[in-house]
Parts: sequence; structure tokens; C-alpha cells
Amino acid sequence: MLEIPVIRWGKEYQSMTKMDVVHFETGETLARVHEANGGLIKMDMKKAKKAREILRQFSIQELVDKCAVAGELYENATLPLGNGEQDPASFCNMQSATTGLPEHMCSFNMTKNAFVMKNMGQILTALTRGLPYDILTNGYGMEDRGVMVSYQANCDAAGWVLPSNSPGVHTLWLPVIPLQMGLVLKPGPAEPWTPYRMYEAFAQAGIPREAFCLYPGGADKGAELGGAVLESCERSVIFGGLATIERYHGNPKISAHGPGFSKIILGDDVVDDWEKYLDIMVDSVYVNSGRSCISCSGIWASRHTEEIADAMAQRLGPIAPLPMNDPNSGLAAFTMPGAAKAMSGQIDDGCKSSAVTDVTAKYRGGDRLVENKLCDFLRPTVLHVSDADDPMANTEFMFPFCSVVECPQDKMISKIGYTLVGSCITKDEKFSRELLDATNIDRLNIGEVRTLQLNWLQPHEGNIIDFLFRARAFQNAPPPPH
Amino acid sequence: MSELEQKVSLAREKLDKHVVESVEWHFNPETGCDYWIEKAKTLGFDPRKEIKCFEDVKKFPHFEDDDLRGGPVERWLPKGLAGKPAYVFETGGTTGVPKSRLVIEDHWIDYEEFSKTLPDEHFPRGSNWLMLGPSGPRRLRLAVEHLCQHRGGICFCVDLDPRWVVKLLKKGKTDEAKAYADHVIDQAITILGAGHNIKGMFATPKLLEALAMRLIDNGTSVEEAGITGIFAGGTEFTPQWYRFCKEELLGPDVYITPTYGNTLMGLACGKPFDPADEYKITYFAPQPRAVIEVVEFDDYDKVVGVGETGRVKLYTFTKELFIPGFMERDEGEREEPIDVYPWHGISGTRPFHELLTTTTVGVY
Repeated sequence: MLEIPVIRWGKEYQSMTKMDVVHFETGETLARVHEANGGLIKMDMKKAKKAREILRQFSIQELVDKCAVAGELYENATLPLGNGEQDPASFCNMQSATTGLPEHMCSFNMTKNAFVMKNMGQILTALTRGLPYDILTNGYGMEDRGVMVSYQANCDAAGWVLPSNSPGVHTLWLPVIPLQMGLVLKPGPAEPWTPYRMYEAFAQAGIPREAFCLYPGGADKGAELGGAVLESCERSVIFGGLATIERYHGNPKISAHGPGFSKIILGDDVVDDWEKYLDIMVDSVYVNSGRSCISCSGIWASRHTEEIADAMAQRLGPIAPLPMNDPNSGLAAFTMPGAAKAMSGQIDDGCKSSAVTDVTAKYRGGDRLVENKLCDFLRPTVLHVSDADDPMANTEFMFPFCSVVECPQDKMISKIGYTLVGSCITKDEKFSRELLDATNIDRLNIGEVRTLQLNWLQPHEGNIIDFLFRARAFQNAPPPPH
Repeated sequence: MSELEQKVSLAREKLDKHVVESVEWHFNPETGCDYWIEKAKTLGFDPRKEIKCFEDVKKFPHFEDDDLRGGPVERWLPKGLAGKPAYVFETGGTTGVPKSRLVIEDHWIDYEEFSKTLPDEHFPRGSNWLMLGPSGPRRLRLAVEHLCQHRGGICFCVDLDPRWVVKLLKKGKTDEAKAYADHVIDQAITILGAGHNIKGMFATPKLLEALAMRLIDNGTSVEEAGITGIFAGGTEFTPQWYRFCKEELLGPDVYITPTYGNTLMGLACGKPFDPADEYKITYFAPQPRAVIEVVEFDDYDKVVGVGETGRVKLYTFTKELFIPGFMERDEGEREEPIDVYPWHGISGTRPFHELLTTTTVGVY
């Protein structure tokens, strides 16, 4: 039996309580994971300073170089995992078996994570606007333009409370180590694989194990362990639903990441040619099984919305579940009992509105909800929503789902609400200016860009540098006479 | 028959006899309380005639603890105890009318029995105690105070309203709940530092952890604060927490023992610590005054096999209270009798999985 220990600043810890991570289709136990307890985390965080001290023995450039090596190892090597080892193929197989994500999507996410690791230097340069690394290490320094700047680290170690259902989020914490801060991870109950594999890859690449803590635990321990991370790390990130976002709103120590409500907006100047953008719209909804905050959940246009919805439904409606190892498998499974049924019920309730039509129903040839013995699926669903104020106009679910919403262009920005990725197809300069000024859109794409096509050199849901460091005044000499 | 089997047999005989006496007391119109006298009319059998042993108690329907809500609370007072000064202790009550239990001396008796299990070298006679747990209309506060007095000491207490903490957590106000916990720990630190010769302590796992962390932050420790013995309780006292607490919060010289109980049943003791158990925690009810059974999830009248998992079912047979089978909000594994407690026990107590989504646990 594969046993995976708790990691406490690089030291393995055998817990008295363990949880089985099981294959969602067969019920086979894939690993026995040792569970942390909240006190353990709080106790360890008293030593977080040491992690930063150890990492500062390396330059940021050295750590960036080691990240690239780690990326290669993560992607291609057979690495230790607990009392066993794991090659890339079994990594994808196990991740798929516990998260319900088809294997080829796990493989894609693996490539994406490795890309970020291998290109960490460029990413840091972009996120810091070219700040010399020494300034982050020393806390201050003189820029080439002769200006003294100071960036003070907000924490010795950064905590991440990770989800089970979206292996793509791991890219977000990767910069922490090259930024010379300890890394504290609370993996999702069904997804210990990526954190542990990355930890081993970093260690094999020469980054001291003493910089890492991994605190796994089952769903029943989520509140205890997540709460301990958030309480004891000076900066931490948590993933969750809207309630999580609201709970931590305004808390400078915690960055809460949740639903993205990402959208495609068609300007009035291009909407008559909507068929040209059908591939962009379909891919944005469907790729990665819609299981991402950057997956498109809304398409907004002032006209042709019924035709757009119908065309998308024809493409997406017939898609049905396939085995997880089928390279054409496009739908992820819901492994949590009752979750898919509850979502499907919410959609059915929403469709009772006179403004809402499930356009996919006529192309699906079956129910949206596919219930199996050990997992469920939701088949792609495209709604047409004729009233932008209807609750279904701005809804997100974790499967290929989108609402095609009819809304006058001059009302769109005020009606779309929070939008993580807004891909706006328009050449209208006035509308473009309004979009640029819209503060409810986080990542703005103006042009033919799929919502999932992220440029890693851009900040995501806030710049991690601004979260982990604070710009402040520093002088080591009197200022020049005014 | 082995020595243990003999002890088990004797304990069972004692329980059967005790149950018959208890039923006679509670259902005799001269000595019983109004609640059970009236209830007897609806049972379809005469408990005084038909309950001849513990197994017969299963003829009663399961006790509905909602019956404990609301007044008049005097309906629970056995006539045979009329005129004695009574306490009322509450359980729950975050929303709505709390469940109430009348008590005269049960809490004293329960904790005097528990006192016999505490080692004098870690809970020295005559030393003072700190009660770091819920105050207000709770049995625990007075029970711990009595335990301390029974052992010749004086008990210091803190103010702690767990209902307020539940309200904060339900509203997602974790920062405020943390501030309230800090306020409680502030009180404890002040008392411990005031030269009162405090050596014994009751604490909930969460508060003990918070206290130990604060002392570490202050450059000291529970041991250096003078504490030599602690008892703690609740489903949060897990094997992992037990180990963490002994190894990292307390050190080898501070004794800690787990307990399990509630306002209705009293206090179940933990099996004495044995390294061979690898921190597994096994509780035994204070028989014959109370009984714990582990029953099947889909048949609460059927006890599970040893080592099997089931829901906790409690019985209370004291002069003050008769509870013929109450379904507790916990589950666990049934354990074999041991020499010091020759009746079946329970290990791995944790919140009943079917109620997990509706229960806010470990609030203090």
C-alpha cells in the first residue's frame, strides 16, 4: 500500500489518523494518506522564518534555475511518492482516478504546470515589472533609473488551501519558492498527487526540503486544517465557492479564489458575423470540461443570441461521457455523491423562468444528468437567456455550461457582474475604452482570444507580488534638497 | 472461565440488579418523577413488572431528548428526592429553548468516581485547579469545581459562553471567534501567573492547544506554568491530537487523560495510557450508573460486534435520572471489556457521520 506522510518543513511525519484515497470508479484504494491536525500546522508555523532564511541562502536566479530543472523532473521523471514512487503516466492515471478529470486533461495540466516551472524567470520578470531580483531578496535596492525602491516580504511562508477538483490551480503557487518564501500546502482531499510530486521535483532539483510543508487531510478535516493554515500564515490563498469569497473579502492576509464567471462578449460591430467566432465560443466552454474559473460560463450579445445558442448546442449537446482513459473523453466525472444531481436540479429550477430555455435538450438525446454507481456526469448544457436580469444569466457550474444572454451593448458592462476573464470581441474603440475602464472585469482580452488562453506573463486574480510583498519607503541617506 | 470473564459476568449481574432498582424507583408513584409516571401510561407494559434485567430496558421506546426542552422542569424531579436543593443544567440552546436536566448530587457522584482514576502524583491532593471550559448553565463547570474540592483544592474558572462562539462560527465570523478564544486564554494566563499553586486542570482540546501555544509564544510552557495533570474531553480528543498534545504541547512530565461524556450520562473514563495502544482512545461508561452501547446505524436496538462501527446509545440509571436508551450524536467502534472496566467500551468516538453537515463541533 502506498503511504503518503505529512511533510513538516521537509521532515516526514507519520500521523495516527490516515485516510484512503480511492479510485472513484472501482473503489480501489490508491494510497493511504496521513492526516495532519490543526495544532501541528500552528506549531510548525512558529518556525516559518527558518524556511525563508534557508531559501535566502540561494539567489532568486539560482532558485529560478532550479525551478526549471524541477519542471523537467515533474513532467518526465519517476519520482518518490511516500513509501513508493510514481512515473508521469501513473501520476495522470491516479489523478484522473481520484478527481474524475479525464487522463488526457491531467496530462495537459501537467504540461501547463511544467511550462510555468520552466519559464519562472520570465514570469517573475513580468510580474515584478522587471525589478532586479536582489531588491526582493534584500528588501531594497537602487533601480537603473537611480531610484531607491523597497519591497518588504509580507510573510516568511505562504499558505495555500487547495481544491480537489481543479489541478490547474497549482500554477498559482509555483512562484512562492523562487521568491524565497516557505511553501505551506493543504492539498485537496482527492488531489494529493500534484503537491507531492512538485515537492519531490523541487527537492530533487536541489531546493531544500526544509522550505516545504504539506498537510493533507480528508474532507471532514477541511475546516480544521484550512483554518489553521489561514490563521497561522501571514499570507494565504484559499479556493472555494461564493461563500468563501464573501467570508474573506477585505481580509488583507487572505486571497480567496472562487468562481470566475468568465465570459465572451460580442460587440455590436461583430455580432452579425457570430459564426466566425463559434469555435472560440465552443472551446471556451468545453475545453478542460468546463472545470475552471477561466472556463466560459456566459456569452453576451445584443442580437442573434438564439442562433448562437442553437449552434453551440448542436456542437456540445451530443457530447456524452467516455472512459477516463479515452483520448476523446471530454467530460469530467463528479465523484462527490449528489453534487451533479444538485447542480442539474438547480439548472432545471432556473429553466422554469420564461426567459430561459435549455437549447441543448433537443440535441442531447438523453438526460443532462448521467448517474452511475460510483460517479455521475453532467452533459454539456447551453441555455438561452432573454433577460439579462434573470439569475441564470450569470451562473457558473463545474461542467461545460453556458448561458447565451441577450443584452443591449450599452447595458452589458453593468449587467455582467464580476468577470474573471472577459474575452471581448470588438473593434469598436468607444466600447473598447468602456471595457478597459470596467473594474468588474479582471483579466480583459480584447480580440479573438479564448477565455482559457492565458498568457502566464500576466497577473492572475491580482498580482502575487503585490500580495506577498509590500512596496514601502526606504532611505539610507537624506533625500536631495527639494 | 477466565478472571476477566468472571468480572464481566459479575458486572453484568450488578447492572441487571441496578436497573431493576432504578426502574422501581422511577416508576413507583411514591418516588418517581411526573414525566416517567405519566409516560408509563403510554408504554403498553408495566415497567415495574416487566423490566427484570438490563436487556429488558430495550422494551422502552428510544428516549427523545427534545422532551427535555421547556418547562416545568420540576416534572423531572423524582418525588423521592423532593425538597433537596436542585441544580438545572442546560445542553445545546444555541437556537430555541435549551434542553434542561435537573441534578441534585449526580454530578458530584460522577466526578468523585472519576477522581478515583486520577493519579495523585499528577493531581496532588490539596493543590488547586483551573477549569478552562464552558461556564454558565453548564454541568461541567460545577462538576470540575466539585472534583477539585473533593480532592482538597480550590478551582479557578474562566468566563466562556459556547453559544456565542457557535453563533459567530455559523455567521462565518472566524476572526471574532478567534478573538473570543484569545479573551478566554487571556483569563487563563492571568490566573496561572497569579501565584495560586495551580497544578490540575480541565480543558477542552481546543482551549488546551490555544493555551499551550500562547505559553510557548511567551517563552514558557504548560509544565513551566506549574500544571502537572490535565483531563480533557470531547470528540476532538482524537488519537492524533493525543499524540501531538503529549509530544509537542505538554512534554513527558505532564499527565493528560481523555474523558467522554455529556450532561445526561455523566463521565466515561479512558483506558489508562499504554504505549502499545498507539494512542488509541477507549472509553468505558460509569456502569452501572450509565451504559454505553454501540449500535447498528440502521437498527438502534442491535449492538454491533466488537471492532465494528456504530452509533453511540446511552442509558442513565441514577436516582435522579432514568434514560432508557438515548441516541447520542456520535459514532465509534465497540471495544472488548478490560480488567478495570469489565464491560464493553467504545473507541474512535467522532461526530455521527449522518449529522456532520448540521453539527458545529468543538466550539470551545
